[in-house]
Order: sequence, then C-alpha cells, then structure tokens
Amino acid sequence: MSTAEAPDEDRRDFLYIATGAVGAVGAAALAIPLIDQMNPSASVLALASIEVDLAPIEEGQSVTVQWRGNPVIIRHRTAKEIEEAKAVNIADLPDPLARNANVADGSDATDANRVVDGKEQYLVQMGVCTHLGCVPIGNEGEYDGWFCPCHGSHYDTSGRIRKGPAPENLPVPEYKYLSDTKIQIG
Amino acid sequence: MSGHSTYNPTNPVMKWVDDRLPLPRLMYDSFVSYPVPRNLNYWYTFGGILMIMMVSQIITGIVLVMHYTPHVDMAFDSVEHIRRDVNFGNIIQKWHQVGASFFFIAVYIHIARGMYYGSYKAPREILWMLGVAIFLIMMATGFMGYVLPWGQMSYWGAKVITNLFSAVPFFGEAIVTWLWGGFSVDNATLQRFFSLHYLLPFVLVGVVILHVWALHVTGQNNPAGVEVKSGQDTVAFTPFATVKDAFALCVFFIIFAIFVFFLPDYLGHSINYEEANPLVTPEHIVPEWYYLPFYAILRAVPDKLLGVVAMFASILIWFILPWLDTSKVRSATYRPIFKQLFWLLMIDFFILGVVGANPPEGWWITVGQIATVYYFAHFLILLPLVGLLETPKPLPSSISDAVLAKNAGKQPAAQPAE
Amino acid sequence: MNMTKKLLVAIALGTSLVLSGTAAMAAGKQKKAEDISFSFEGVFGHFDRAQLQRGFLVYKQVCSACHSLNQMSYRNLSQPGGPELSAEEVKAVAAEYTVMDGPDSEGEMFERPALPADKFASPFPNREAAMAANGGAYPADLSLITKKREGFHYPWYVSPFIKLVKGNGGPEYVRAVLMGYQDPPAEAAQDAPEGRYYNPYFVAGPWISMAPPLSEDIVEYADGTKASVEQMATDVSAFLTWAGEPKMEQRKSMGFQVVLYLVILSILLFLTKKRVWGREPH
Repeated sequence: MSTAEAPDEDRRDFLYIATGAVGAVGAAALAIPLIDQMNPSASVLALASIEVDLAPIEEGQSVTVQWRGNPVIIRHRTAKEIEEAKAVNIADLPDPLARNANVADGSDATDANRVVDGKEQYLVQMGVCTHLGCVPIGNEGEYDGWFCPCHGSHYDTSGRIRKGPAPENLPVPEYKYLSDTKIQIG
Repeated sequence: MSGHSTYNPTNPVMKWVDDRLPLPRLMYDSFVSYPVPRNLNYWYTFGGILMIMMVSQIITGIVLVMHYTPHVDMAFDSVEHIRRDVNFGNIIQKWHQVGASFFFIAVYIHIARGMYYGSYKAPREILWMLGVAIFLIMMATGFMGYVLPWGQMSYWGAKVITNLFSAVPFFGEAIVTWLWGGFSVDNATLQRFFSLHYLLPFVLVGVVILHVWALHVTGQNNPAGVEVKSGQDTVAFTPFATVKDAFALCVFFIIFAIFVFFLPDYLGHSINYEEANPLVTPEHIVPEWYYLPFYAILRAVPDKLLGVVAMFASILIWFILPWLDTSKVRSATYRPIFKQLFWLLMIDFFILGVVGANPPEGWWITVGQIATVYYFAHFLILLPLVGLLETPKPLPSSISDAVLAKNAGKQPAAQPAE
Repeated sequence: MNMTKKLLVAIALGTSLVLSGTAAMAAGKQKKAEDISFSFEGVFGHFDRAQLQRGFLVYKQVCSACHSLNQMSYRNLSQPGGPELSAEEVKAVAAEYTVMDGPDSEGEMFERPALPADKFASPFPNREAAMAANGGAYPADLSLITKKREGFHYPWYVSPFIKLVKGNGGPEYVRAVLMGYQDPPAEAAQDAPEGRYYNPYFVAGPWISMAPPLSEDIVEYADGTKASVEQMATDVSAFLTWAGEPKMEQRKSMGFQVVLYLVILSILLFLTKKRVWGREPH
C-alpha cells in the first residue's frame, strides 16, 4: 500500500466511510422486499368475509365454520348457560377484558360485552385457544364451556378463560347481523 | 496461491475459534491476504460478478418457491399471483427471470476472457474443466427453470428439447417417455423439472467451490499470461481486488436493474404470457437467447442424431481445449494470429446466435451450416495448427515488467495500445 | 485498452443481434399496428386514470360478453396505479355479477353476488363452453393480451434496437384489431370463410371470427368523452395494458430509486477504487 500525506488521509477516510455507509444502506434496503414478500399477499388480505345462517342451529348446539383459515365456533346457548355466564363476578376472571372486535377496546369481560345485545343466545368466537392455538372442545371442562385438550385450559360458557395456562379469553371476531338469523363474519 | 498463512488474529474470540476450527484463517487467506496479479483488468471481475449472480438467483428462487405451485393447472396462475398479489412479487419474479439472462451474459464474458488470455492452459486445466461443468449445469438449470411458468414457450421448449433424446439409437423412445413420466410433457414432467431446478443450483454451488479451490491452488492467470514470479507482481486481494470487483459489480447491476425495472419483458418471449396448450404449437419455437448458438448448431445438421451429437459436442469440445491449443504462450496479447482467430470465433458465435433465432428457412440454413463448420474448425484444425505455425511476440519477463511497459506506453500519445 | 473497446462493441452488437431473432421471428402476414403514443409508455409513463376508467367501461359493456379477465379481481379496480375506483364503486361493480360458491351445509353449490375479493366473473364456465358458444373459436382471456401479442414487426437486423425503445406493440395490437375491420380486397373476398370477418391486423388473420365489436356510441362515457370507435379502442387497450400488469407504476418508480442508488454507489466505489489503487502500478 502506498503512503499518503495527512490531508489526503482525511479525505480518504471520509470516502471510505461514505462508500461503506451507502453500501450498507443498500444492503439493508435489499432485505425489505425479501422479508416483506412473506407477509400476507393482497389476495389473502382481501379474502372474502363469510355468511352463516344461524336458523338451523338448535339450542344447545354448536357449529364450527372456517374463516381466514381458522375455526369460528358459533354456539346457540341454553338459558342455563347464559345464566351461568352472567352470574360470574368480573373480578374473579383471569382476563377481565372482553376481547371482542365489535366493542370498544378495553371493555369489561361481562357476558353482555361478549355477544350482541338482544341476541345473547348466540355466542360467536374464534375456536383458537389463546395459549398455543389448539381448538378447544365444547361442553367440556369445569365451567361447562370449552376445554382445550392440549394443555388443559378451561373456558366458561361465555368463552372466558377460567383455569389453565391460556392468558386471554377466546377472541370474538368482527361480525354483524345481516338479518334476524344471518350473520356475516369479517 | 497457497502459501504460508499470514493470519494472526488479534481478537481473542477469533483466535479461540481459529485454534479449534481454522475457518477465519481460510477466509482470511482466501479473500484478504490472497495475492492476485497486479495487472488484472476489468474482464477479470466477472468471476466475482458470477458469484454474486449465483447467490442472487438462489435467494430469489427460494423466495419464488414460497409462492409458486408446481402443477399444470396452477403453475401459470401462481406466477401471475406472484406478479400481481405478492408483496414485491412483480420485482422478485423479474429479478429472477432477467437475472438468469444476466447470469449468462456474465458467464459468456467470463468464458471468452478465459479463451482470450489462455487461462485454460497448464496448470489450470482442471480449473477450466470445472468451469465447463459449471456452464453445463447452468444450461440444464436454466432450461428447467424456463419450463416452470408453464407458458406456451415453456411447454413447447420442454417438448422439443426432451425430444432430442429420442435421437438415441434403440432406447430413444424409452428414454423420452422416462424423462416425461408419461406420453407427453405433462404434470409429472413439470414436477420433476421443478424438483431438479431446485436441486441443481446447490450442485452448482458445490462445483463452484471446487472451481474456486482450484483457482486458489494455481493462482490467477493474468493479461500478460506469465506466472507470478515475486511479491512485486501481486497485490493483496483485499482491498485491491475487492474494491475493483465491487465497482464492476455495481456497474453491472445498473444495467441489470434497468432491464428488471424498465425492460422486464425485453429478453423474454411474448408468447410465454399465454398458458401452455398441448394442442397448439406456437409459430416459431425458439429457446431463450443464451441457448441460440447451440440451437443453431443442432439445426445446421440435417440428420436428427448427428444434430444432437453436434450440439452437445460444441460444448463438450471445451473440455479438451487445453490440449487442442498447442501454443506455449497463453495470452492473445502476444499471439497476433490467434488474436484474429479469437475475434473470428466470437463473430462466428454471434452469427450462430442470430441464425438460431431465425426460422430455419432459405439462406439462414446455409449461413448456419457454414458457421457451424467454422466453429468446429476453429477448435479442431485452426487452434492446433496456429500454435505450431505462429511466431509469438516476445513475452515480458514478469508481470511487473508488463505493467511498467504498459504504463510507459501510455505517456506518448502515438504509441499503439497493447 | 484496444481489446476492451472491441469487446464492448462486439458484445453490444452481438447480443442485440442475437436478441433480434427472438423478436423478429413472429413476423408473418400480420399487418403492423399503427404506433400511437400512450400515456404509460416510456420510463416516466403513467396510466391516465380517466382513460382506464373509460377503458374498463368498454371492457365491461362490450368485451366481457365473450372475453374473460381471469387474472383480475374486482378489488384491483381500486388499488393504486389503476383506474382507482372508490371502495364503494368497486363493491357496486362486483355486486352486478354473481359467482358460484359453496358447498353450503346441505352440500349444494349456490350463487351469490360477487364481492371485491372475487375474481372477475367469466362469461363462460370453461373453455369448451366458450368455444361452443362462439362457433368453435375461443375468445382469448384478455388478462395478458397486451403482453402476449405483438403489434410491431421489423426486419431482424433493426428489430432489437427499435423494440428496445418502442416495446412489442401489445397495446397497439389490441387497438389495431379493434379498429382494423375492413372490406376484403377483391381477390380475398372470393374465398371468404363463412361467418368470418376481414381484419389484416389479427395475429392469426386476416380472417377473424369476432364480429366488429365496437360501433360509435355503443357505450356512454360518464366524463362526456365522445365514444368514437377509435376512442373506445384506445381506451380499452390502455385498460387491458394495466390489467396485464397492475403494478407497472410501482415498478417504474421503484426502478428510479434503485438505479439512482446504484449510480451513486458506483461513483463512490469508483473514487474509492482510484484511491485504494493510488500509487500501485497496474
């Protein structure tokens, strides 16, 4: 390598740093498309919402439909189940929040905040355990609601976590009533 | 050149690692202290460019596979899905597709440079032969990759090229059926091509490692074609070659980016935007541009079997190039007649390319046949003869002398270059 | 650097000549489409939103009776870089069509109004049905029509250079076919095939099965533009060009950033290289 005088040295250092910095910025920018391509594509994001007819669901029955690749549990609850759900003291719940996409964030986990007013008999919730994503089984567990067999989480008749490792209540997806017995999820 | 390692880590962590697994030492000796001839010109940067292009193709290919579906009913639509819906998919897909063309542009320059400076001669025969193997793997990979979008040219290209094997005596039919996994190019064919298109690049990486290993054993050839004699003749790989390679790479990428972003379809075939239809053949079936010269050789021979043989022979002949060239002098700079022949070969190769792109009708056939004959004559007749008959110019005594002579020549304006 | 120059010239000439063939090979009897200037051409080109909206109207009211647009979804109509309809307009357009869905809980397939996420409804359930309804001729899917067809054909020795600038003339091809119906010359008229029309711009021409689709004022443009055949042909060509590559504008704008960045980095690397090599003779 050649020897250089001091002022030359400064200019050289600056040039090297500038070149290195610009190169590093480019390398970082190059990573953006390669990483972002793994995010949901436009077609996945636009996935159609689904409509479900509630009329055929008898009292005490549940149906499971698939929405955005996940199971959605729709249960026609009995009067007893609704009663039980309403009787719970919010302060006793491990997760005091409603987890309902249709009510304001931070709402209490009352049963009323988990369903649509006037349609208390229909509970619509994601069938995805908030622990590690298994599908909870209906009419099981210590609280007459759902029980996740993977790691033993117990949910009550309003889909709220009561016992076990799951940290949150089963989330309620965005949905609305199109008619008296028809809902649109998403 | 493999010599005594000068790696002396100051960082205690690196020293700890180096004592247990001398990977830092290998990297240092290969890419930092490795001595390269000081007179390497920009034609010698294409090895580095090819390395980056290979990595680029593998990375974009892995990304594309995350979204592509190798099934005849879905392949075409899944490529459109990538172009339309996947985030940055339109760029990544073209980056891979145009990237294949630029990979070949670089490899052709790299091969031509090797031929011009006699880089295949002793002691670099194995280095050269590994390079020919790399080229063959690239050809196979590129061919199978072109089938995957399942457009009209994908399908008919696959059909025509696989049908080449039907020229094999006795077993031809059986071989083709076996290649297809059916009675025509179909889903089974697409899926096996997909599998192999994913596999071959990693085979390529393996052969490239051998190629670089062989290079580091013999050291680089150089424009003067004389061996390195002393430390005076070389500079350290880093920073000298590194920064020069980086600059050349960046300029190469400017052209590459212009094609990816502004001329994405220029190097392709329009008809490949039409989904494969086994019932309708496109008017003219032509391979991608980088196969055209060899395609012309195939068509120049009127016999089916001999045409196929000629086509494969036109590449395989490079394997014995080190022994066909009888000259003791490496670089064309000091071989006045060979230099002319080299350029004639380049012109001949380009003519073959043009012939390959045009329909085999009328005078194109004659031109193709003459060019094919010349191509083989260059390697089999002219090259051995000229080595014996030609009187080379006096060689410089060392690389340093060559550099000094060149730099001295730069000063007076009237002095002819080289 | 005599060799450098020679090689550069040779590479430039050689590659372009080789490429020429690929482009020139399609030259048959097809008549060259008239080259017109579209707003989306060139490195700075952008789509004209109003034109895309007019073109979509022409596709919707005329072409879609027979031609599918399989790669497109209704939602594409509102994405940036396209006709940019509002979300409500897209919903309304989609709702005009029905799509097959199902099976429902009884296992029956059912029809429902299309949603923005659905693909464009196809006029025929499959290729065979399309051919049966059109006298054996298949009405091509138009998603990539401007990419797969070429309107320009030049001699092989100039083609690569011209196409470098002008492209393949796909949009011009569509426009030329739509405007290209004419009376056959006397010698051709004698053996005119039954139910086919004379159109020398058609790729497999000069006889085409498609009846002249456009006539003056066949659509009514919302923006008051006069719906002449030429206007409609031009508009729908622009729309189909967008449909062939909905993200073209994003591609070009990103291209500018990338090329600019690479030029700056190249200059810096060149200066660094000069400095590093400084007094090393080479």
